[in-house]
This record gives sequence, structure tokens and C-alpha cells, in this order.
Amino acid sequence: MHRTLALLVVGVSLAFGVDWFLGEFIEEYVVRIINLCGIAIILAVSLNVINGLCGQFSLGHAGFMAIGAYVSAYFTTTLRVLNTETGETIVRAPLFDGAWGFVPALLVGGAAAAAAGLIVGVPTLRLKGDYLAIATLGFGEIVIILLTNFDSVGAARGLPGLPNYASSFWILTFAWICVVGSVFLQRSTFGRALIAIRENELAAEVMGIRVARLKVMAFIYGAFFAGIAGGLLGHLLRTISPSTFGFMKSIEVVVMLVLGGLGSLTGAIVGAIVLTVLPEALRDVEQQAKLPGIRMVVYALVLILMMIFRPQGIFGQRELSLKLLRRVLPARLRGGDSETKP
Amino acid sequence: MLELLATVDSGGTSLAQALLQQVANGIAKGSVYALIAVGYTMVYGVLQLINFAHGEVYMLGAYFSYYPAKWMGYTTDPEDPSFVPAKVPLYVVGFLFVCSMACCALLGMLIERFAYRPLRNSSRLAALITAIGVSLLLQNGGIMLFKADPRGFPTLIEQSSVDLGLVALTNTKIIIVVVAAVMMAGLHLFVQKTRPGAAMRACSFDMRTARLMGVNVDGTIGLTFAIGSIMAAVAGVLVAMDQPTIDPLMGLMAGLKAFVAAVLGGIGSIPGAALGGLLLGVTESVVGTFSTTYAEAVAFVLLILVLLVKPSGLLGKSGREKV
Repeated sequence: MHRTLALLVVGVSLAFGVDWFLGEFIEEYVVRIINLCGIAIILAVSLNVINGLCGQFSLGHAGFMAIGAYVSAYFTTTLRVLNTETGETIVRAPLFDGAWGFVPALLVGGAAAAAAGLIVGVPTLRLKGDYLAIATLGFGEIVIILLTNFDSVGAARGLPGLPNYASSFWILTFAWICVVGSVFLQRSTFGRALIAIRENELAAEVMGIRVARLKVMAFIYGAFFAGIAGGLLGHLLRTISPSTFGFMKSIEVVVMLVLGGLGSLTGAIVGAIVLTVLPEALRDVEQQAKLPGIRMVVYALVLILMMIFRPQGIFGQRELSLKLLRRVLPARLRGGDSETKP
Repeated sequence: MLELLATVDSGGTSLAQALLQQVANGIAKGSVYALIAVGYTMVYGVLQLINFAHGEVYMLGAYFSYYPAKWMGYTTDPEDPSFVPAKVPLYVVGFLFVCSMACCALLGMLIERFAYRPLRNSSRLAALITAIGVSLLLQNGGIMLFKADPRGFPTLIEQSSVDLGLVALTNTKIIIVVVAAVMMAGLHLFVQKTRPGAAMRACSFDMRTARLMGVNVDGTIGLTFAIGSIMAAVAGVLVAMDQPTIDPLMGLMAGLKAFVAAVLGGIGSIPGAALGGLLLGVTESVVGTFSTTYAEAVAFVLLILVLLVKPSGLLGKSGREKV
């Protein structure tokens, strides 16, 4: 308990320091990329609990993000709702006002996403592998289509005018909480049980692990942080529309995981940073080469070539990917690995 | 719903007739889904790989007939409505279809050879991510080369409405249904009655044993991709002819829905793909009568329902562990 509290204090003060440093010395564009990296880390690390630890292939992460983003935005924005009977516009003040109201709004968003995680997790318990992936993809698409049809949240046009609350401080704080939480989770009985389910579901069940319950809990955990990340992204972009959370977004998060090393927490972090920075770095290349559109082509090519030439090295065989990380990363960062195999 | 009631009042037609009309439209739509779904289902049957790039092959199928038509001088200009395009002779239409089919078959085999074959023995997730990569590559390559804005497709066949008694369909829609039905039947016969078809079924059943029995596994997988791509190319040209606009992102949703259709019917089963496609098309159209906006969600709701009730799909083999 003391350790948790100490870690939280360390994290918050670190985030505070970094926020001040970024605000003082670093140009805005770079800060923005760092913020996007933080959000990507939350997404990748939370999906890692579902996909990497528990082995449940989910392609619906963007759906949870969308729920978190819209719900938190609902509480922080001044909503203009059209009364269909009288044709008048009703203006509703934000429920949670000010920068400190942002945290409850985010948490409510996360809770809503977690509830969605429960709703998705329970019925899809029977499904495995590709079938689960497709069902969760379907869930994500349904969320997007519903949002596109709700006039009170701006339908396809989206919800503009979100307040500028998502500072580097909040993003880094939540990224820290998510990472530290996931480290604890991986080392706990819960995390070990999730890994057991991934390795052999039947054997895990025989050993007395409540498979169904744990799978749903993994979904809820992942969805909660996806919701938080969605809320942060919404308040960073200041405008959210359903298309921001399309299924390509879910795929992007999966790609982060797989590139970094599925099941490895540090891998997820590295993957998140690489895949956020790479498209931005390629933006410069695009401008210099004067070839509009080449950015995404190169991105796709990098993806294919990485998979063809380093399939084992980057994911799948966890030990190999760990050795790879050990060589690449400084010793301090290795605290995040749970794979201290007996 | 209001629109529907308005048509009921003004036209004097009954709700049943309006629905029947939608079912007919849905069959045309579903035929396209079925043609694309076959490619997903065949590749999944053999390699257990969701070939995400298949929707892009369909998109390129449309472009592979657009450009030859343009070079031969058959083009439309959406900016200039007074421009009357030359009538396209039937043999040119045939040539465009063959051209698109050949290019797509080649493309499908190239994708398999260079993107998927190196990964055949590594984890399935790697192959899946590669498939997503190929899909992104073709999509964004398409945006780069063809530009993102939609293009008018030349009028291959003059559209007209054909009265079929209870319902009326445009002739292009009837062509879609007929061509799709013929191709699906041909494919079914090919897979069931010919030696390459038997090799395909053997590979899908157990690739290792098939290889031991002397089946040319690599060739068969190449053939599977070629055939799937040919079906997608035909679907692409048919849709372009019916719409008649094409754009580099047309494959995204069509591909996703066709994949849903394949899962609905039972992935790995060719009659299943046909059934799933038709079911999806008809349901979408019928729901579209009441609410056009929610018609988009139908595919996914249907998907989740089928997966929950019968995870192996309507005609899929059950009992096999698909992890």
C-alpha cells in the first residue's frame, strides 16, 4: 500500500515536472507528439491485458475509446441540444466544470467504457481467436454507427468545442497509472491466472481458475483504460467525430502491440511510441519528397517488411522479444517486465 | 419510415410490395457481397488467414477496367453533363472484364507470393498484421496514384428499368445477379468436380497430408488467391457499372461487409458465402426501407447474433477448434 502510494506520488510529480519542462522548453508540435505517445501507451498497455496476457484477440478497442471520449465530453462541454418538439435549442451547462472537473469526467467516461466491456465480454465468452476478433470488430462498428446517428452528440459531424483540458500533466499521469497498474496486475495472482488462460484455457480451468470471470474482468480493465485514453484524446483534439474511432484505430493499437511484442508490457510501450512517431517523422519525408500520400504507403511497407523479416523477433516468442528489448532498452526500463521466468 | 409511407400513399402500392422490391434490390446487393465473400472464405479455408487486402483487390478490379476503357477513349466526364459518351461495344465490355480479371488474378498471386508466403510458418497474428499492411498499402497507394476523389465510370451498358412483374430492377442489377449466380455455380463445380478443385479441398482439409499425397500446395494456394481475386474483380467491375462511380476507398466497407457475409455463412464454405452474402444484402435492404441510417449497423448486429448462436456460421463445419 505504501509502495503504491509512493509510486503514485513519484508518478504525479514526474508528470508535473515533465509538463513544466515541455511547456517551457519544447516546441508545441513536439509536445503534441509526446502527448499522443502518452495516449497511445495507455491504449497499447490496456489492450495488452486483453490480447497479450489473456490471449483474447480483441479488435474493438476503438469502440471503448469512443464511449470514453463521448461520455467524458458530454460532462465537460456545454451541450446544445435541439428540442425536436418546439425547435428550440436547449443549452445545458457542463456538469463538471474547470480543469479539476476533468478527472471525474474522465473517470465517468472510463466507467462507461468498462460497462461496455462487461456487455461485450460476457456474451462473447464462447468465441475464440478470429471469431472473437470479428465479433469485437462488429461491436466497435456498431458503436460508431450509433454515434453517427445520435443528433445530440453531433451525429456524423462530431462534437466540437471540447475544452482544452488534456494537458501533458494529465496524459502522463494517467499513462503512469496505467503502466504501473498493469505491472502490478501482471505480477498479481490475477495476472498469472490470465497468462494461464492464454497458455492453456482447459488446463487453467482444471487448476481452479475461474476462466469466464477472469476473461470478463480483463475486458473490463482494458476497456476502462481505453475509455480514459479516449477521453484524453478527445480533449486533446478538441473535436471528436465518430470517424476518429473507426476500426482502423483498433487495428492501429493491435499493430502497436504486435510490433512491440505481444504479451510484453515494455514491448507495448515501445510499439506505441514507434507507431506514433513514425507517421509524424514520415510527414517530413513527404514534404521534402513532394509526394503527397507517400507517408501512409511507406508506413504500410514498413509494417509488411517488419512482419516478414522479424516475425519471431518482435512478437510471438516472448523470450526472444525480451532479449531483443534487453539489448535495446536501458536497464531501468526493464522493471516493467513481468517475464521473470522461474 | 415517412418516406416509405409517402410512397405507399402516392403510388398506391402496398407495404408488402415495397418490401418485395427491397428484397429484389437486396439480392442484387447480396450477390456482390457473395462474390467478394468467396475470396475471403477460400483463403480462410486454406490458410486460416483473414485476407484483409481482399477488399482492395475488389477496388482495384474496378480501376483495372476503368483505365483500359479510358485509354480506348470510353470515358465519362461528371463535370460536363452534356458530354455524350460513345456507346461501348459488347466485345469491349467483355475485354474490360477479362482485363480486370487477369490483372487482379496476377495481383492476388503476387500478394500471396511476396507478402503471405514468407509468413506461412510463423504465427497467424503476423500474417494477419501483414494482411492489414497490404490492405493499407493498396488503399493508400490507390489514393496516391488515382487521387482520393471519386471518378465517373464509363457507361458500359445503358441503364434502364426492367419490369419483372411484382418488382422492377435496373438491367445492370439483373446482370449483377445473373453473372454472380453463374460464377458462383461455376466455382462450386470447379471446386467439387475438377482435380485442382480437389487439391484445393485437400489443402483446406489438411495441408501437410495434402503435400505428402503429392499435391502442389504452393501452386494450389496461388490458384486459390487467383480465383478469389477474379471473383472480386468481377464484383468490382459490376458495381462500378451499376453505381457508376469508383474511388480508392470503395473496398474498405465492401470488404468488411463481405467478410461478415463469409462469417455468417460459415467461413470456409463456398455455398455459405453465397448464402451469407444474400442474407446480408436482403436484410440490409429491408431494414433500409425503414431507416437508411441504421441499415449500416445491420451487418454487424447480424454478425454478432450469428456468432453467439452458431459460432461456426450457418453452413460452417462445427466441432473443429478454431483458435
